[in-house]
Amino acid sequence: MTAPATEPAAPAAHPLIEADDIKVHFPIKRGIVLDRTVGHVYAVDGVDLVVNRGETYGLVGESGCGKSTLGRAMLKLTEPTSGRVLFDGVDLSAMKGEKLRTMRRRMQMVFQDPMSSLDPRQSVESLLVEGMRAHNLDKGKESTGKRLRELLSAVGLPSTALRKYPHEFSGGQRQRIGIARALTVEPDLIVADEPVSALDVSVQAQVINLLEDLQDEFGLTYLVIAHDLAVVRHISDRVGVMYLGGLVEEATSDDLYAEPLHPYTRALLSAVPVPDPVVEDRRERILLAGDLPSPARPPTGCRFHTRCPWKQAEKCDTERPALREITPGHRVACHWAEDIRDGKIRAHEVKPELVEMEWDAPDDASLAGPASVTETLGP
Amino acid sequence: MALLEVRDLRVVFQRKGEVPFTAVDGVDFDVEPGQTVGLVGESGCGKSVTAMSIMGLLPKRGNKVTGSAKFEDTELLTLSDRQMRDRRGRDLAMVFQDPLSSLNPVIPIGLQVTEVLERHRDMSRRKAMVEAADLLDRVGIPDPRRRLDEYPHQLSGGMRQRALIAIALACQPRLLIADEPTTALDVTIQAQILALLAELVRDSGTALIMITHDLGVVAGLCDEVNVLYGGRVVERGGRHDLFQVPRHPYTYGLLQSIPRLDAPKGERLSPIRGSVQDNIPWTSGCAFAPRCPNATDTCVEVTPEMVPDGAGSVRGERLLRCHNPVAQEVPA
Repeated sequence: MTAPATEPAAPAAHPLIEADDIKVHFPIKRGIVLDRTVGHVYAVDGVDLVVNRGETYGLVGESGCGKSTLGRAMLKLTEPTSGRVLFDGVDLSAMKGEKLRTMRRRMQMVFQDPMSSLDPRQSVESLLVEGMRAHNLDKGKESTGKRLRELLSAVGLPSTALRKYPHEFSGGQRQRIGIARALTVEPDLIVADEPVSALDVSVQAQVINLLEDLQDEFGLTYLVIAHDLAVVRHISDRVGVMYLGGLVEEATSDDLYAEPLHPYTRALLSAVPVPDPVVEDRRERILLAGDLPSPARPPTGCRFHTRCPWKQAEKCDTERPALREITPGHRVACHWAEDIRDGKIRAHEVKPELVEMEWDAPDDASLAGPASVTETLGP
Repeated sequence: MALLEVRDLRVVFQRKGEVPFTAVDGVDFDVEPGQTVGLVGESGCGKSVTAMSIMGLLPKRGNKVTGSAKFEDTELLTLSDRQMRDRRGRDLAMVFQDPLSSLNPVIPIGLQVTEVLERHRDMSRRKAMVEAADLLDRVGIPDPRRRLDEYPHQLSGGMRQRALIAIALACQPRLLIADEPTTALDVTIQAQILALLAELVRDSGTALIMITHDLGVVAGLCDEVNVLYGGRVVERGGRHDLFQVPRHPYTYGLLQSIPRLDAPKGERLSPIRGSVQDNIPWTSGCAFAPRCPNATDTCVEVTPEMVPDGAGSVRGERLLRCHNPVAQEVPA
């Protein structure tokens, strides 16, 4: 940790990680001998993103929108097809081998499912020490032992946990181990991919509070990827909303929830159920028609125009809107954002379009199954 | 008279050489015709096992179901397999969480819908196909005629769930059990499916048991809500009463631990401490006691009974199983 710039969203924000027009296209292959590429899944298709030191950036979107792929591409866990990633001013895209490996100490990941991301045959101690050894932080038995106990107490586990194995813990405790493992190498950035979605509600809150405490204690920067808007809003300073491989809106979390400008964000926010019957009865839902189009064949123009209740006759289906700043710090990728905000354009009914699933097209059969493309195509 | 009357339902799983596990520990609830009742709780609270035992879908061996589940005048728990098969799909139907694994992957959607119609409504294949297309149309599947010949993998998650709902409603059952019907879906699709369910239930007068862990889903949909913990109902009430004046410390704790979209930002969440593994058996006190902030010595010694809760009954009767309920200011 270099500068004491832990104040979130300080006026002179220092970017820690910057993505510059990043693209991740997965080839769709066909044939056994010839192995020709018949198309691409445009998982991430041109995203600019900056995460400042000490802040929490939340990335939300539905399954298949490319949020996990973007997170992985930013750590170079998935090689981006094009674009640049700058980490603390250093270009990661050109880096490889030993240099990249040493750099990785400073960026760690926490995964969704703590059961499958922790080796069931490794004791907690060996899980935690592994990363420290790889980065030469294991300086001696005594100091390492002390460090491990400190970490465990920081994540709220007893030091007796060291000798146990992952199956002996509950889901919430396992997630704490996953977080402790990320912390062993003193990272600057933690990318948390759905850190609480596998947990029960009462336990979710414990882990969310823990993440907040650790950020204060160690001055961490978070990139949190989640589909649960309420969770993201709660922990993030700034939020980016993704749809079909692109960022459609970005703002501070307060602004975004107070005044969502992109039609998709509006629909998304209105769809989240609130545990209060009075609110539920009163509010108006924007029900989106149809399904998410296939990322292998994204619609032309604005990716959202096929389901947008505010779609206009011009521009929407021909020109892809760029992310532009409408009010300070609030960026939206919509041609008509101002008019929609000012009520000049009214929502209209949309007929659901038939969404052809990928497998109708000449495609790889392995695409069938989970809703999220990234899950099946990830390494 | 109630459409479904569940009394002292108990499901014990027992495997040779292992300690028996009580998944459902004396659950009582009623469902009136046309009513929407919610069963809410976290994983392991027994909500799905309750539904499975009512539908007679638990495996034959390795478990013991006792108590009673009366559907109109019929006791469901003692029906033979054959009698149950006649009922299932016609009088009671179920929608499951994962539509991909509850549809047969090698049979076209159309056949899976007509199967129910042919079995229970004695329709010919041809007539059933016409009816099936109509059903798919009613649940909002675009171009239903074409979809009849397609296989489940050719539909998206939301469309599969719609197809499943179409199958469940094919014979106009009087009771529909939906077990986490939207958990596997994205929020925007979840909103579509919930709106569809609410509309279908309203139009057809079908009673609905909604099983979910999501309090938000319940808040918008259910007339009456049962909160389950450790295999028992700990609190019951109309949705307005229950959410505005939660009386059981567990319900209260759950509501406090959920980040809410409409709450002011920056507030810290107050989670329930511990996890389900800390429970004590109901026989020796209140199962929630080890995690409960209000717990006293009585809580670990005396099992609380389900009693009418005067203080929490604002719009209707409330039942509560707690020695030290959350003190709440009841709005006048």
